[in-house]
Amino acid sequence: MTKYRVNKTKQVDQTKTVSFDFDGKSYYGFEGDTLASALLSNGVHLVGRSFKYHRPRGIMSCGSEEPNAICQINEDTDLTEPNVRATEIELYEGLKASSQNCWPSVNFDIGGINNFISPFIPAGFYYKTFMWPKSFWKKIYEPLIRWSAGLGKSPTKPDPELYDHKHVHCDVLIIGGGISGIIASKIAAKNNLKTILIEDKNILGGSTIFQKNENYKINDKYSGGWIDEEIAELKKLDNLTIKTRTSLAAYHSYNYLLAKENISDHLPLDKRNGGIRQRLWKIRADKVIVATGAIERPLVFNNNDRPGIMLSNSVKKYLDFYGVTCGFNNLIFTNNDSAYETAVSLKEKGISVEMIDIRKKSNSKIVKNAEQLGVKIYWNSTVVNTFGLRKINSVEIMNLSEDGSNVVGDKSRINCDCLAISGGWTPMVHMHTQSGGKLDFREIDQTFIPNEIDKNHINVGSCNGDFELEEIINNTNKKVKNFLKVSETEFDNISVLNSKELNKRNIWLLPNFISEGKCKSFIDFQNDSTAKDIKLALREGFKSIEHVKRYTTTGMATDQGKLSNMHALGIIADTAGVKMGTLGTTTFRPPFTPLTFGSIVGRSVGNFFDIIRKTSIHEWHIQNKAKFENVGQWKRPWYYPINDEGLHDAVQRESKAARDSAGILDASTLGKIDIQGTDASEFLNRVYTNAWSKLEIGKCRYGLMLNEDGMVYDDGVTTRLGENHYLMTTTTGGAANVLSKLEDYLQTEWPELDVYLTSVTDHYSTASICGPNSKKILKKIFPDKDFNDDAFPHMSYQNGKIDETNCRIMRISFTGELSYEINIESKYGKSLWEKCIEAGKEFKITPYGTETMHLLRAEKGFIIVGQDTDGTMTPIDLQMDWIVSKKKYDFIGKRSLYRSDTIREDRKQLVGLLTDDPNEILEEGAQIVSDMSKKPVEMIGHVTSSYFSPNLNKSIALAVVKSGKKMNGQKLIVPMENKNINVTVSDSVFLDKENKRINA
Amino acid sequence: MFLINCPYCGERDQSEFSCGGEAHIVRPKQPTELSDDQWAEYLFMRKNIKGVQFERWNHTHGCRKWFNMIRDTSNDKIHAVYKMNEKPPVE
Repeated sequence: MTKYRVNKTKQVDQTKTVSFDFDGKSYYGFEGDTLASALLSNGVHLVGRSFKYHRPRGIMSCGSEEPNAICQINEDTDLTEPNVRATEIELYEGLKASSQNCWPSVNFDIGGINNFISPFIPAGFYYKTFMWPKSFWKKIYEPLIRWSAGLGKSPTKPDPELYDHKHVHCDVLIIGGGISGIIASKIAAKNNLKTILIEDKNILGGSTIFQKNENYKINDKYSGGWIDEEIAELKKLDNLTIKTRTSLAAYHSYNYLLAKENISDHLPLDKRNGGIRQRLWKIRADKVIVATGAIERPLVFNNNDRPGIMLSNSVKKYLDFYGVTCGFNNLIFTNNDSAYETAVSLKEKGISVEMIDIRKKSNSKIVKNAEQLGVKIYWNSTVVNTFGLRKINSVEIMNLSEDGSNVVGDKSRINCDCLAISGGWTPMVHMHTQSGGKLDFREIDQTFIPNEIDKNHINVGSCNGDFELEEIINNTNKKVKNFLKVSETEFDNISVLNSKELNKRNIWLLPNFISEGKCKSFIDFQNDSTAKDIKLALREGFKSIEHVKRYTTTGMATDQGKLSNMHALGIIADTAGVKMGTLGTTTFRPPFTPLTFGSIVGRSVGNFFDIIRKTSIHEWHIQNKAKFENVGQWKRPWYYPINDEGLHDAVQRESKAARDSAGILDASTLGKIDIQGTDASEFLNRVYTNAWSKLEIGKCRYGLMLNEDGMVYDDGVTTRLGENHYLMTTTTGGAANVLSKLEDYLQTEWPELDVYLTSVTDHYSTASICGPNSKKILKKIFPDKDFNDDAFPHMSYQNGKIDETNCRIMRISFTGELSYEINIESKYGKSLWEKCIEAGKEFKITPYGTETMHLLRAEKGFIIVGQDTDGTMTPIDLQMDWIVSKKKYDFIGKRSLYRSDTIREDRKQLVGLLTDDPNEILEEGAQIVSDMSKKPVEMIGHVTSSYFSPNLNKSIALAVVKSGKKMNGQKLIVPMENKNINVTVSDSVFLDKENKRINA
Repeated sequence: MFLINCPYCGERDQSEFSCGGEAHIVRPKQPTELSDDQWAEYLFMRKNIKGVQFERWNHTHGCRKWFNMIRDTSNDKIHAVYKMNEKPPVE
């Protein structure tokens, strides 16, 4: 046992040693320790350097509020994690931890020079300094800031661990397993309510569990003993789920809460066995009881940040819970009664302790008890300075003036090896405010406490501002009874002995004889914001607390201001001469403590990140070495390289084959909507720009769909299968949105229409065969069918049979070639495809992908919605006036087509572009200009599709250009980084303007 | 994350729904007879109130029905949900 381990406790098993490394040195602790308690038991206080000045910093607290003791753990492994609080991580065999933010080492840190130049690094330093000269930014300032910024190192490899999500519902959720949470859980579970209790530590009991002295008794037992029995009973209740090592991350509206359960973080790496590391609980609770407790406040005085300066209650917890004393020559500096508990505990164990109290006197029982034990108390005194480089070794104190605004008399120096500080308590109202709750300011102890108007949750215990044992128990019991509508409980008649009083002298910034400018009175320890910085911000005109926060970075460190916010507010209020309650607080945002990315994404990683949709022909594409592209959620073949062909060569070959003989495309991904009902034709009339009533059964028609603003939304071919039955196709990416839009209009604007919509995208697989030989191939597949143009003309459909399986044959064309599409039930998709390939063998049928499809369409000037359009193109802009019915009274978007803006003649319009050098291929997205001499050069359009056409043996492009319609034959310029490309505006149809090939 | 009481399915998590903006904006029956300004009023002008707002919601990952909701945008309190063809309940 190390000399600092002075006490045997139930929570730490001193028979089981655990070895660990810190900064490369080996130490021992025990099972039940945290990294922080184990370090303290070895006398290690210095654990890090501060962010800005690189001042030595030590462990300050024992919980999630810890600003200093943040470590990198298991460095150089895949499991490394930065910014882990030593106070929260449970010790395990083989744990390797190291300090952050220091180089080359925590004991000798070169950045420490910042401490000496600190007068030159005031608040807003970065904003003020790195402004000029401009040339310094890229080469000097940015690399410098990047090198010195940031805490810890991110892992460089993928996270090897598993994370989980779990959805739960309950009647009552209780957050926090301290005394009030335990009382609330027991009442809820015993009254037949499905209850969940979550606690972030590994055991229940909060700070009551290590309270074992005469000053605090419940029913004549030590409060710690009483709570032990309560916990034992609690564990027997059927209705209650207790989740320890589970911290609440977020409290959203309608009692939807997120909690993170640590499952294997406390286990040695070799015992984790690839199990789940963390589980994110998504909880919907009928009622929520918040019992998150309170955080002790530090005090703000000169040099209040040395290693060895700790929160008083944490010193007590290390002693009574972990059995570790933080020093043998302790000083406690307080403004309230609660620090006397620490003094009594230390004294009872025979450890030296003296008190410095800024109050003039206190007559509470606990203070009397300390005095009886012989604790020396310096009343009406304040610390004005501290000493000790890597650990505190002494302090200087002075008396306070009558009003507390100044110091009087002489300094006296007291030696110490630990200074425990206590500035009173701050209720943890984070959960209450995250849920949308408001706060009230309580003057008597300068705290913000919950204002409970919303009745979906209550706050109990010290997070509600009840700090004394009897009020915690009695108020919790009363509030929970009322909230859960319970008439009586076992806590109704309970006898409580309490020895503290709510008696505090609050001074936010303690006075000093040294001028304010020379004091380093830290408020935010991690971000190195001092009282001086806050006052400077106020002098520079920042008034809002949110602005001061961002300017000084107070409260913006990884502890999110848990220790600093109240002092910042208090000092702002004092300096500005306003009441603190009127300032309000900064916004408490989730997560309460940091979440790992792993727990946020859960199992949605890799292939499960998003849905992957594959056609039934997918396997064939893989076997034939297709390269895929993502289209929405679909995997579509992009091109099919032969041997080591690249994209360009493959596409040239595929495009040529499709026009010279035959090509085949997997078109299964196109959206398909089955439309039925007596008003189906009328419905199509209203949603497409063209007319549908006269379309004969068995015929197909291309349709263009607009938004109500007149802009092109989607396109596709719709086939009339029967009198009241249509099959609509949509773009691959637009399918879901088109269905939603159609449903919206049907339900909300035209409920009188008898129309039923069903998505059948996944029901049918589609093989699209094009090229001059496609008719011959179809003839082989359907030998009984008459494919003559008269019997089976372009834009018509017929039913067919392959063996005994029904299919639909549509003679429609994506590419401008003679072309057929066969739709078959998806389960037969692959065999259909293989049959087509087999039948097409003698014609060298060539499978082609999306890239070739785009090229073939561009040759014909066929638009691709989403590539050649971008939500600002009307059909008129696309030169597709022919598809807009003049006769129809109304359709979606019609009225917008003659708004003053849509009829402007200088809108961007779709045109073709030909490069003067036919081998020059334009870049898609490239800007187009007409006049380079006038500066700034006006950009009049951009390239939307661009290819080298193997069928025309030249480069072609589609583009949108202002007033493009009138520019045919005009010369324009496409300026690129190192040259200007000369182009000529052309018709957007490059190939087969007469549409002869469709009937070839 | 709201808990929304779909008028067809009952209480469901907000993640099943999508919001379709302001409710009770009726598509004009005779758009061709409207001036540009009148059409723009229908097409573009939407209220964004801090307070009680009437909204359209769709149970996208459920029954796919549209319905109306009265919601206070300042505290996300849902005052009522009602079907498309129903009149808003009197407050």
